[in-house]
Amino acid sequence: MNQFRADLHIHTVLSPCGDLEMSPTNIIRAAKNKQLDLIGITDHNSTRQCAVIQELGKREGIFVLCGAEVTTKEEAHCLAFFETDEALNNFQEYLDTHLPDIKNDPDLFGYQVAVDEEDEICYEEERLLISALDQSIDKIEEKVHALNGIFIPAHVNKGKNSIISQLGFIPMDLKTDALEISKHVSKEGFLLKNKYLKSNVFIKSSDAHIPELIGEVFTIFEMEALSFAEVVKALKGIDNRKVITE
Amino acid sequence: MKVSELVEKLGLKVFSGKEGLDREIEGGYTSDLLSDVMGHADAGQLWITLQTHKNVMAIASLKDLSAIILVKDFEPETDCIAQSEEEGIAILGTNEEAFEISGKIYNLLNQ
Repeated sequence: MNQFRADLHIHTVLSPCGDLEMSPTNIIRAAKNKQLDLIGITDHNSTRQCAVIQELGKREGIFVLCGAEVTTKEEAHCLAFFETDEALNNFQEYLDTHLPDIKNDPDLFGYQVAVDEEDEICYEEERLLISALDQSIDKIEEKVHALNGIFIPAHVNKGKNSIISQLGFIPMDLKTDALEISKHVSKEGFLLKNKYLKSNVFIKSSDAHIPELIGEVFTIFEMEALSFAEVVKALKGIDNRKVITE
Repeated sequence: MKVSELVEKLGLKVFSGKEGLDREIEGGYTSDLLSDVMGHADAGQLWITLQTHKNVMAIASLKDLSAIILVKDFEPETDCIAQSEEEGIAILGTNEEAFEISGKIYNLLNQ
């Protein structure tokens, strides 16, 4: 079995709060510098910057999971990842359908642009990406799993925009593939205060908005190879695959 | 004041948990962060919110709140209604915003 270093929560230039330095080239370069093997691209409510990064990652030896950081109706942030372009595009349509039609003001929130490998702007999102979808967390979880995706509530330890801040506690019947904690806590420290979550799998990620913070914290995936199916196995803890989080 | 009197005075919609209309209101708490309500609401208070997830009922029950008012014509989710019936805590509704309905209730409770 091999150990792979993963940071599954990275924003790009497309997120209004993502630094303009968060281009595909810079993200892959930073990931390599930090010895990451596996990264997740998770812009707010959009998957539109991921394909370019995935393509670049293939050439540079970084395995890229494409997805988004979805804002549920309750304003809980959740990571979602998909294996195929078809599933990713289907989920993008779902995001387009359920994101409210509120215009972004770049002066207030920042630019929302996608760029190509040469850092040329190829798309600008007009709608404000940090709005909440009109769908509940349960509905979004169902949608992600219907597309055979991975569903991970983000930074659950945080006092804002986390499932715990918004809903008080994690509903027992919500089907999560893991829970993400931020750099501010250890898994042990978090579980001391949240004993009811001890049977969950945890990942830790950077939530980086600038290149320097990519890989600042990470998760070890112990698995055979770099593939979506292996990541799922590691999260489920099957066939001796596992996830190791501090 | 009983929940039923408030329903009558403000013309609130009763979604579920009619058994709870007999509860006495000891004050109010307005918040959409369930973690905040869990930490700071007191027993007997009426909770004004726009959250409709079933965890709303779990927290209302845990804190022994007198009733929940959903603002802006929001409607409770199906499993939230089921739990409201089970717990005997009413879910009420209004088309007003949290600011207006909170103000009216504050005045009624402090007359």
